[in-house]
Amino acid sequence: MVKAKSTSFTLKAGLAKMLKGGVIMDVVTPAQANIAEQAGAVAVMALERVPADIRSTGGVARMSDPAMIKKIMAAVTIPVMAKVRIGHLVEAQILQAIGIDYIDESEVLTPADPNAHINKTKFAAPFVCGARNLGEALRRLHEGAAMIRSKGEAGTGNIVEAVRHIKTITEEIKSLQSLKLAGLKKIAKDYRVPVELVQQVRILGRLPVVNFAAGGIATPADAALCMQLGVDGVFVGSGIFKSSNPAKRAKAIVQAVTHYQDARLLAKVSEHLGEPMTGIAMDDLTVSMAKRGW
Amino acid sequence: MVQPVGVLALQGDFAEHGAVLQQLGCQVQLVRTVAEAKTIAGIIIPGGESTAIGKLLKSTGLNRWIQQAARRGLPVYGTCAGAIVIAKQVDSPYTLRLIDITVKRNAYGRQLDSFTAPLQSTLFPNLAGVFIRAPKITRLGPKVKTLAWYKQQPVLVETDRILAGCFHPELTKQFLVHRYFIEHTRRFARQK
Repeated sequence: MVKAKSTSFTLKAGLAKMLKGGVIMDVVTPAQANIAEQAGAVAVMALERVPADIRSTGGVARMSDPAMIKKIMAAVTIPVMAKVRIGHLVEAQILQAIGIDYIDESEVLTPADPNAHINKTKFAAPFVCGARNLGEALRRLHEGAAMIRSKGEAGTGNIVEAVRHIKTITEEIKSLQSLKLAGLKKIAKDYRVPVELVQQVRILGRLPVVNFAAGGIATPADAALCMQLGVDGVFVGSGIFKSSNPAKRAKAIVQAVTHYQDARLLAKVSEHLGEPMTGIAMDDLTVSMAKRGW
Repeated sequence: MVQPVGVLALQGDFAEHGAVLQQLGCQVQLVRTVAEAKTIAGIIIPGGESTAIGKLLKSTGLNRWIQQAARRGLPVYGTCAGAIVIAKQVDSPYTLRLIDITVKRNAYGRQLDSFTAPLQSTLFPNLAGVFIRAPKITRLGPKVKTLAWYKQQPVLVETDRILAGCFHPELTKQFLVHRYFIEHTRRFARQK
């Protein structure tokens, strides 16, 4: 229905479909990538620093060293993703040139463009982008994103913002149902997207691409909560390798995403995981990453 | 009673396969546990990440259940990751060894090498293949029949109701392979 029906979009959105029901894990070394793959991750996000460390270090956060990303690509057989700054099309060109499987245009890094995101239709590599609400999600799709994730608040170990974003998108999709064409046109204008895209979402009753949870997931229960709220899978950033037993926690979160409705199994996999990452309450937050992006 | 067709729902695009089966008039049973598999007349193992699916097959005990059920004649259709999971030989420790083929994972390359292309098949006219980080079938056992080719390479093969495909018909509007598989499940249900 929307322009994004080309063969190449089928392949971009298709890979995201293969990741459904799975866990994508942030890793900073090939050894961590191997632990993630062994635990059953469906993909890894290659980074120099996990979001919790980006927060504590401060300064400008940029795309990681391509040499480091390539080492992780060589270490695992699952897809490898990497992050670029919002609007930084050259960082995206570089990642595409090294053959990355998915590009995350991410608010976790310091934005490079104060007004615009990357025109993702110009790339053969697929993009995932964060969203706090339906308007953001649809703007990213209109720009060519093939997968959406909640923004949450990365690096906090606090699930509250991811829950807010997931529920907001769900409620905004639901509220389309009662609208006639005039109402849809007004929404499309507010969202700055074509009305056809809004109509498509209304017919589907969901986003037309895969939608993952991200930002603040620290426990198997957090992951299962997001799944019960209707997402297709989860990203875990700092939550695994900032905990005391990453391999065990990673495995438990994989189980929790598959069996998200089975409370007995969730109880079992939640036992003896050791210390989770130290969290940050939203009132103590100095930088909101989620507010980055336009 | 109409027996449902199962879709292994541990990880991957199981919802897409389920939607195709429903459109073709099947009852669908998503299978995450052995208990959920009891009544099915066949099972589709979807696309996804074969390492993740393999581990979850083991932790749920569905690996042994599917192997035993396949021995009793349960039809199985593996697409992409699913084909890897059911192959006899592959560079992965998690295979169910249901069909005598050798499969090479990610054989076409990374995501940027994913592609769509028309396939050659006498059974399924005008079949199109969506290949996403797809595996290649590099060896066929003596009893294995090829149902579709891409550039002379077998991409859909079969023995005794076990079907393995490298591409994703569930991402297209062509349900020919699913229809073919449903026929297997109906025959199996009648025999029981």
